[in-house]
Amino acid sequence: MAVAKEHIEPKKKASAQKDEVVIHAQGVKKAFGDKKVLKNITFDLKRGENMVVLGKSGQGKSVTIQCVVGLLKPDEGTLDVFGENVAEMNDDELKQLRIKIGFLFQSGALYDSMTVRENLEFPLTRVLKLTDQSEIGKKVEEVLDGVGLLDAIDKLPSDLSGGMRKRVGLARTLIVNPEIMLYDEPTTGLDPITSREISELILNMQKKYKTSSIIITHDMECARITADRIVVMNEGEYIAEGTFKELQKSDNEIVRSFFNE
Amino acid sequence: MAEQVITGWRKWMLGIGEQCVFFARFFRNIFAGGFEWSEFVRQCYEIGYRSMMLVGITSFIMGLVLILQLRPSLVELGAASMLPKTLAVSFIREIGPVITAIICAGKIASSIGAELGSMKVTEQIDAMEVSGANPLQYLVVTRILATSLMVPLLCIIGDAIGLFGGFLALNFTDSISFSLYFNKCIASLDFSDFLPAVVKSVFFGFAIGFVGCYKGYNSNKGTESVGIAANSAVVTASLWIFFIDAIAVQITSLLFYK
Repeated sequence: MAVAKEHIEPKKKASAQKDEVVIHAQGVKKAFGDKKVLKNITFDLKRGENMVVLGKSGQGKSVTIQCVVGLLKPDEGTLDVFGENVAEMNDDELKQLRIKIGFLFQSGALYDSMTVRENLEFPLTRVLKLTDQSEIGKKVEEVLDGVGLLDAIDKLPSDLSGGMRKRVGLARTLIVNPEIMLYDEPTTGLDPITSREISELILNMQKKYKTSSIIITHDMECARITADRIVVMNEGEYIAEGTFKELQKSDNEIVRSFFNE
Repeated sequence: MAEQVITGWRKWMLGIGEQCVFFARFFRNIFAGGFEWSEFVRQCYEIGYRSMMLVGITSFIMGLVLILQLRPSLVELGAASMLPKTLAVSFIREIGPVITAIICAGKIASSIGAELGSMKVTEQIDAMEVSGANPLQYLVVTRILATSLMVPLLCIIGDAIGLFGGFLALNFTDSISFSLYFNKCIASLDFSDFLPAVVKSVFFGFAIGFVGCYKGYNSNKGTESVGIAANSAVVTASLWIFFIDAIAVQITSLLFYK
């Protein structure tokens, strides 16, 4: 009996961990002046899940993830990350939270005065406070190898293509082993082949680093490859939710318009 | 009309408030630990070494021109021997620090404003912030402290080069030995000429760094904002230099020239 229990317990634990909510948003509202950008956003992100937020430009998708990392504060509602309300955090708490969250910007946001190596070393020395040069070098090479850009280690961001910059940006966020990844339109501005490569890279990295992710996009191929679950956003509200296949069959005209592109 | 004036004033007052908050955040971050020494040294090199040529040429020409302009008047008054003293006192007390600061406002404040403005536009500052690093400590504290240190040093170098320019100009028409000229210059100066000039150039340097960082760090998102940040940094820093100079002269007069 005791042996059976031992077998059941880890399974239960793994399942409970899988169902753990890492981000919980309830009735989040945000306005800039008279413009209401987020009207009533409610969602949960579970551990290990890839949630894609689909919507046209200017619908408040990026504002949602900026609220998650505390770059913006919601006007109303609660946004809990790992059970803590982001809006109520002080600077130190916010800093600690941000170490657990990776944010890939649309442009990659590489520090253009630094080489690729220095870009990757920056979070290791400033955030994780590592001092051992050989350990830092090893980590940098390992993560760059993971995104297939070890050859570009001493190049400046200005020498890289758009796709390469996104890969380096992804490597820079993953190097600190974040538990949550937020992607702001990771494939925008890239050709279809590179977009697909980036989408597959996101999926591979999620499996390798076991992150939970929110992916903001309007690229259907990216959504198809990466999403466990998709929410469709329109005019500051979530109007539909489901898997890629479920939403393909949706009757909602706005949802259908994405799939008929 | 009245509404526009009120809105303008409100915006101006808000700007003052934001600058006070920015100053408080800068000040707190100096002592927050984890000072960025390597970035500070890099900024000292960028700000100090790379501005040296410009400051040197300007100061040299100013020293040369001042002697050429002063000479006829002083010769007419029979005080040609006062030329080294006149140049030394005016250059060390006023012309050197102000000219150096104005040159640095044009070169350094605009470059800091444009650099940070462009980092803001391309989300590099946001990226630093969301990574858990401290962009204020890395970008702002290092730059402001570097300008506060390097502008006085540039000012001292500029003073020396300006006096040398004066020596060459004097030798166009008269003949004076290098040692005699510099002995006359040094003899005419004392502590009360040198110290206030260095102290006020520390404040000039601080104003240049602070304004450049504030304008760049708080620029709007959009490529146009980079130009606005750079331009506004130069104009505001130049105004601050004259404002600080006016106050410094009053304080120096009260303390040293009663």
